[in-house]
Amino acid sequence: MGRIVIDPVTRIEGHLKIEAMVEGGVVKEARSTGTLFRGFEIILQGRDPRDAQRITQRICGVCPTSHSTAAALNLDSAFGIADKIPENGRLLRNLILGAAHIADHILHFYHLAALDYVDVAALAKYRGKDPALKSVRDFIARGESAPFVSRGRSDFRLSRKASETLAAHYLKAFEMRRKGQEAAAIFGGKLPHNVGIVPGGVTAVPTVDKIASFLWRLNELREFIDNVYLPDVFEVARAYPDYFEIGAGCKRTLSYGVYELETAEADLVKRKRLFLNGIVFEDLKREPLDISRISEEVKSSWYAEECKGKPAAGKTIPAPHKKDGYSWIKSPRSDGRVCEVGPLARVLATYAGGDPRMRELVDGALKEAGVSAKALFSTLGRHLARALGAKFIADSMPAWLLELKPGEPAYIDSKVPEESEGMGLVEAARGALGHWIRIKDGKIALYQCVVPTTWNASPRDDRGQPGPLEQALTGVRLKDESSPVEIERIVRSFDPCIACAVHLLSPKGMEIGRVEIC
Amino acid sequence: MGKKVTEYPVIWLQGAGCTGCSVSVLNSVSPTIKNVLVDEVIPGKHVSLVFHPTVMAGTGEPAIEILQDKQKTRRGEYLLVVEGAVPAAEGGIYAFVGEEDGKPVTLLSRVLSLGSNALAVIALGTCASFGGIPAGAPNPTGCRGVKAIFEEHNISTPVVNIPGCPSHPDWFVGTVASILLGGLPKPEELDEFRRPKLFFGSLIHENCPRRAYYDEKKFAKKLGEPGCLYDVGCKGPVTYADCPLRLWNGGVNWCIGNNSPCIGCCEPGFPDVVSPFYARMGENLPQARGK
Repeated sequence: MGRIVIDPVTRIEGHLKIEAMVEGGVVKEARSTGTLFRGFEIILQGRDPRDAQRITQRICGVCPTSHSTAAALNLDSAFGIADKIPENGRLLRNLILGAAHIADHILHFYHLAALDYVDVAALAKYRGKDPALKSVRDFIARGESAPFVSRGRSDFRLSRKASETLAAHYLKAFEMRRKGQEAAAIFGGKLPHNVGIVPGGVTAVPTVDKIASFLWRLNELREFIDNVYLPDVFEVARAYPDYFEIGAGCKRTLSYGVYELETAEADLVKRKRLFLNGIVFEDLKREPLDISRISEEVKSSWYAEECKGKPAAGKTIPAPHKKDGYSWIKSPRSDGRVCEVGPLARVLATYAGGDPRMRELVDGALKEAGVSAKALFSTLGRHLARALGAKFIADSMPAWLLELKPGEPAYIDSKVPEESEGMGLVEAARGALGHWIRIKDGKIALYQCVVPTTWNASPRDDRGQPGPLEQALTGVRLKDESSPVEIERIVRSFDPCIACAVHLLSPKGMEIGRVEIC
Repeated sequence: MGKKVTEYPVIWLQGAGCTGCSVSVLNSVSPTIKNVLVDEVIPGKHVSLVFHPTVMAGTGEPAIEILQDKQKTRRGEYLLVVEGAVPAAEGGIYAFVGEEDGKPVTLLSRVLSLGSNALAVIALGTCASFGGIPAGAPNPTGCRGVKAIFEEHNISTPVVNIPGCPSHPDWFVGTVASILLGGLPKPEELDEFRRPKLFFGSLIHENCPRRAYYDEKKFAKKLGEPGCLYDVGCKGPVTYADCPLRLWNGGVNWCIGNNSPCIGCCEPGFPDVVSPFYARMGENLPQARGK
């Protein structure tokens, strides 16, 4: 059996290594390993709880806004003000997070994933008049083609004209994602690492000029999503229809729900949200979310057995010599079941929950792509769900802008309690994100984050069930083992964020991580 | 067309960081990131980003080959950008970048080898400059800034620190443009922490539009209020950066403009010395800027 190692996997957030055991051109087994550890939970201990929403954003510069939201919700509940957030605060949090998510989805499709499908080198023969594409052609002609072109890539199927169009959109998308970040900064102060979202609401006070400035960036983004992003996803889907079958994974998705539609309900699981929470199965039936069922397993992780359990009491004691260990990522499961998280999960939860606008959106897209809803459990399905999710958020935002009350506060003050506990649940761009805190003597006694990529890149659990990404890679047929584009396409469709997922790493463990199974 | 364009290769390594400085550079307005990647940033001079983990097309071994290749063929000619701190504890085992001969290579070893053969190093962001958040107490992975690592290993390659959490895109693009135009910064152009004075030459407090409130002792008592943010934790009086003049994200806003205190993210003492972020700073803070 051959071993394929891709290290580093580029165009993701963070440091990831993929190992695949291949026999007869088919992946028999796959393992993912994160290769960076910073130890945020340790750094947070003993600090002022209010600093958590500044510090946890630095877990990930691609999705900091999601971490600040999870931390703020976590602290809202710990400070006893979860049901007291002013309406302006609720709306501004939605708007900041929404603009950041849209920018993130555009970045993911065009700048992280598209180079797996679009051959930018085709622009060397460009004869058109688009000044941006002409400058790329001249750039390639000078012989310094990095970073767009790499050696040894294959299986590019788009026509030259389609490649040219997609390449032009790759450049345009830079501008669009920048405008998304600008919109978020209008109420968030700056991006990445916004300063606006805090426990108690948002520090900004909305004014009419800011609302208008946000609205017109949003309008441009909506136009781009409708007329460029979604059509491009369909263009890729037409050229690579087999990817509606490749990379299905565990076919069970989990969403926490996101974007608050009310503030009166303090319980985040019961709170009305735009995207619904819940677990969705292959038959598209939805089971409501039950946080008490979620626990982390560590059989294949280099942690002591006592680290198994609920995230609210999460422990992190390394055990690098553990016999069955092969990863520094734990295995979160819901009632022992493997679940995929991400845009697909929240789109499916909302679809299966019967939201009429989501049903129309998804059914229309499935018709255009000529596939059934079950095909969404796939590499292309994740890309399509991400684009549809972006549209769903973007189309919801103008109403929130108009609901804002200019000049009125978006923040309520509070005191840090001596003793308390909290939980914050939200959806990051790449999936379900949970923060848990325990406060003692007015300081952080325990802070735990269970991030989307911990779910998606998790190793085998106590029952030996591989994680979603590992399952998605297993059984995949490689056309060319020397250029395993299938593996890369599947991995990137999850939009992994490894900086978030790796909580702890210890010296000797790395050696165990490299054991070959031949 | 047809005129000679000089290529300046840039290798961008990511260490113990969050990719936020890369995302921030993508937010550059004039020039846009497309201009930076494709066009001549200065007429006749093009920045060739040969290795960048987040944007490059190549992956795995072919990507690592670029690193090895450039280190040999463009020795002393390429700029090394380091984003993220360098975890130095236990021989650097907390961060790896790719494999060589089937063995993972530590970021520490890549920074040392690529760093010693570089024309200069830009330490981008507070992590690469001074250690930053991952070096926050108890610094579980022994994170250090690039200059500190170089001093320990007697590497004399010039280092320019461009801190910020994240760094402002203008600070990065401006520093690169000034190197293309006039060569490496002269010693008098950098402050004691090797930051370009052009961007880090004055305190936030000196240029703050709320300075008049401070002088008249009109202090906000909670977040979201008008007035000087000193009592709610502002570290502008000890933080050197031009944020109040330059603003962020295309000029739409900045931290204090959003009623939120400066958290001192450009200083060597970030995060430990300048936190708690929402507590009024101690009287001794100005002396505590260094670690």
